Amino acid sequence: GVSQLTLPRSYTRPRRRSLAHRSASRSGALTLWTCVLLVSGPAAESSLTPGEEMNGSGNLMDFLDEPFPDVGTYEDFHTIDWLREKSRDTDRHRKITSKSKESIWEFVKSLLDAWSGWVVMLLIGLLSGTLAGVIDLAVDWMTDLKEGVCLSAFWYSHEQCCWTSNETTFDNRDKCPQWQTWSELMTGHTQGAGGYLLNYFLYIVWALFFSFLAVSLVRVFAPYACGSGIPEIKTILSGFIIRGYLGKWTLLIKTVTLVLAVSSGLSLGKEGPLVHVACCCGNLFCSLFSKYSKNEGKRREVLSAAAAAGVSVAFGAPIGGVLFSLEEVSYYFPLKTLWRSFFAALVAAFTLRSINPFGNSRLVLFYVEYHTPWYMAELVPFILLGVFGGLWGTLFIRGNIAWCRRRKTTQLGKYPVLEVIVVTGITAILAFPNPYTRRSTSELISELFNDCGALESSQLCDYVNDPNMTRPLDDIPDRPAGPGVYTALWQLALALIFKIIITIFTFGMKIPSGLFIPSMAVGAIAGRIVGIAVEQMAYHHHDWIIFKNWCRPGADCVTPGLYAMVGAAACLGGVTRMTVSLVVIMFELTGGLEYIVPLMAAAVTSKWVADAFGKEGIYEAHIQLNGYPFLDVKDEFTHRTLATDVMRPRRGEPPLAVLTQDSTTVEDVEALIKETDYNGFPVVVSRESERLIGFVQRRDLILAIKNARQKQDGVVSNSVVYFTEDAPQLPASNPQPLKLRRILNLSPFTVTDHTPMETVVDIFRKLGLRQCLVTRSGRLLGIITKKDVLRHMAQMMNQDPESIMFN
Amino acid sequence: EITMSLIGMKVPMQLCLLLCSLRFILSAEKSDAKSSRDIRCKCICPPYKDVQGMIYNQNVSLKDCNCLHVVDPMPVEGKDVEAYCLRCECTYEERSSGTIKVTIIIYLFILGLLLLYMFYLTMLEPVLKRRLFGHSQLIQSEDDVGDQQPFANAHNVLSRSRSQSNMLNKVEHAQQRWRRQVQEQRKSVFDRHVVLS
Repeated sequence: GVSQLTLPRSYTRPRRRSLAHRSASRSGALTLWTCVLLVSGPAAESSLTPGEEMNGSGNLMDFLDEPFPDVGTYEDFHTIDWLREKSRDTDRHRKITSKSKESIWEFVKSLLDAWSGWVVMLLIGLLSGTLAGVIDLAVDWMTDLKEGVCLSAFWYSHEQCCWTSNETTFDNRDKCPQWQTWSELMTGHTQGAGGYLLNYFLYIVWALFFSFLAVSLVRVFAPYACGSGIPEIKTILSGFIIRGYLGKWTLLIKTVTLVLAVSSGLSLGKEGPLVHVACCCGNLFCSLFSKYSKNEGKRREVLSAAAAAGVSVAFGAPIGGVLFSLEEVSYYFPLKTLWRSFFAALVAAFTLRSINPFGNSRLVLFYVEYHTPWYMAELVPFILLGVFGGLWGTLFIRGNIAWCRRRKTTQLGKYPVLEVIVVTGITAILAFPNPYTRRSTSELISELFNDCGALESSQLCDYVNDPNMTRPLDDIPDRPAGPGVYTALWQLALALIFKIIITIFTFGMKIPSGLFIPSMAVGAIAGRIVGIAVEQMAYHHHDWIIFKNWCRPGADCVTPGLYAMVGAAACLGGVTRMTVSLVVIMFELTGGLEYIVPLMAAAVTSKWVADAFGKEGIYEAHIQLNGYPFLDVKDEFTHRTLATDVMRPRRGEPPLAVLTQDSTTVEDVEALIKETDYNGFPVVVSRESERLIGFVQRRDLILAIKNARQKQDGVVSNSVVYFTEDAPQLPASNPQPLKLRRILNLSPFTVTDHTPMETVVDIFRKLGLRQCLVTRSGRLLGIITKKDVLRHMAQMMNQDPESIMFN
Repeated sequence: EITMSLIGMKVPMQLCLLLCSLRFILSAEKSDAKSSRDIRCKCICPPYKDVQGMIYNQNVSLKDCNCLHVVDPMPVEGKDVEAYCLRCECTYEERSSGTIKVTIIIYLFILGLLLLYMFYLTMLEPVLKRRLFGHSQLIQSEDDVGDQQPFANAHNVLSRSRSQSNMLNKVEHAQQRWRRQVQEQRKSVFDRHVVLS
């Protein structure tokens, strides 16, 4: 039949009993906040069955007077009605304001209601910061656990173990007797093939162990904890419901398994999952206040702010976090949310700093602070890096989507645990020999961003120093590269190829995985290689025209660390298509305002190059792969179709299923509900005139009829259902009619049949509609749902319209 | 109602509470953790003439964190000291060893609990169930068709045959409900590849 809203039966969740917990948490919410944390279980996100919501009155914060229990909540995998949520919130607010004039206590309650938003933001910031600190410390320790252990105190990572030691040398900054590698510990050999092989073997064993634990925990406890989380959060913020996605078990498992996944040496990052963790925290604290827990629209405002807090602790960039939430994650972002997001991000960053995971009051591992200037002529390599970033972004998106599609449709998807183990094994085997891939990706990026002063002794900084040099430390002129640099260059090139290939297969596995850090690593490696190349060219050929103007011999012209930063920004922009938020995050990471222009040049170039090949970033591509009903605000609809071309029923399809305002019986309604699976039905005056009265949702209808049969006397199958204000004139022998005006939406959106689809798409986007009725000369003609719009857009763009799965 | 809810199977919630209070513990730890192990002054001195590069670590306070105090066996004589010290870079660093210790131990504790629970759910429970009730009472619900989760019915069977207090019943109902939820999630993600592919 007409697939208005074909939701397969298996998606409907079984009705769950509400726990009495829910009302217990509401009453006395002020004093029972900690107990509330304990009580609100999965029921907090579930729907209540009628008759089991206990005392709706007598709650401190619950002002919503629902006509029927449970009317107004949504089913899983459905879209919310933004307009209804907004009007419910306005009603609630008006009630509070009018009541606040009655007594002092009511006034205080109204103040508390106004302040509840800020309290939620504070709590989100505190918890996100704490969790991020825990994750950072645990990752730091567990990553080093693969290589060795600290004998004096097993909970110290390598750097922390040798912190107080006096045995560290200039060349080997992390050497101390308290830290021993596994082969040293087990056999006492440090050098030689035996020791190396034993270390290699144990590295692989630890990596496999960590990733096996991670995927098992995800599989057993919280399957929603896998992946990055950002595509699903984008969809949720646009109005989709995925119950359990932001639940407490998901939060716990995501935090624990993220540490395991990152420590296992896989090519993934923790930034995307930290956004998911922060949104779970946001959802958790929303359940404390009925203002947010009962209103899905308000809840999404809190989630937008929580996403900002997540990015803020991931990068140490509060402003970048707010802009990321605005640009990438959120759908509607009112100005009030901007200020609150900023507050949440600041609190989160402050909490993380007070936990102080890196011992220096820095927030992120790769915080650099040099201020060497750059020159206009360097824009050429920066733009080249931007082109590389765009090309890599396209390659990654295409490769990753193809691989994920294969995982979705073929046998590969049936063995998630085996897949994770195999990929970890391959990564560990290939990563150990190369010193640049053996260490964690964050450390690699940190080293690549670093400028080579006189105090560095790593292989990358093995320049030939002039022994008679008397310049101060931070103005070292360009020097020729020593043999260490050339070794580092080809090792880095190998690492680049390895990372490019392995990340395509890693992102999207059934463990928490982010892609900010791997993209930045790819870009940083490429940037550093280009930077060293330019530096050496400038040194050896300083008499060429291009260098003569700006680079004098004996001056410090080229900073390869800056090229690494620009490369990282370019690659990240090519993959995610971020613009402003990327630049702000990068400059908050570095603290240098003077590098904004190179970063912008690279980000813009990479976005242009990547957009030339495909319009979508990685997150939009994953949304499309999963078929979520996400109407992107960035897409432009420029075709000349009309509403009649898209509306249902089409020619040859059965007519529209409608209800009449006072002549349908309860039996007819139940038959209609059973035979069709539309999400709603228009209500017309009569079948002859077909003039529109309103629209009624399927779920509300089911609940209302069920409730009426149980509670009200005299309602039988032959009872007439009426939607008018007064009961219809019926002979006395008829059973009592059932009034359902309260569940009727009297203001459904309508367009005429000649409305261009451009306007219709705009209306859907701006108002967040789920369906729109089409009329001609006042008579109801058909209906357009969000799914129809998405399918139509997919068709116009020559994509597969059947891939849109959800409503 | 409140007591019942407190004891409910809200393991993650208690852990969440633990983490929230961790923050206050940590800030309390910091105030008395300025032990000598937690501060240092690190001076890095690059190679100079024929002296090789060295790193010096000492726990001195911020005002004493300079080359003259920290570089103890000064490798150069008299007038070279100033030139040598100009090249050295001394930074004062603090860390909180208590924070690190508490965090890692709590993390391992939570991980251990989860692993034990996972082991119990996947291995011990079906064995326990079989030993207590034998094969005849194994009822497969329609959800389990094609699903390898042996524990789905365990508590149903167990609860029916025992007279239990109201509280434990509620706990088991909550746990059953949670398991059904997780099973459905697992089906959507792993089997049907509908979400999160």
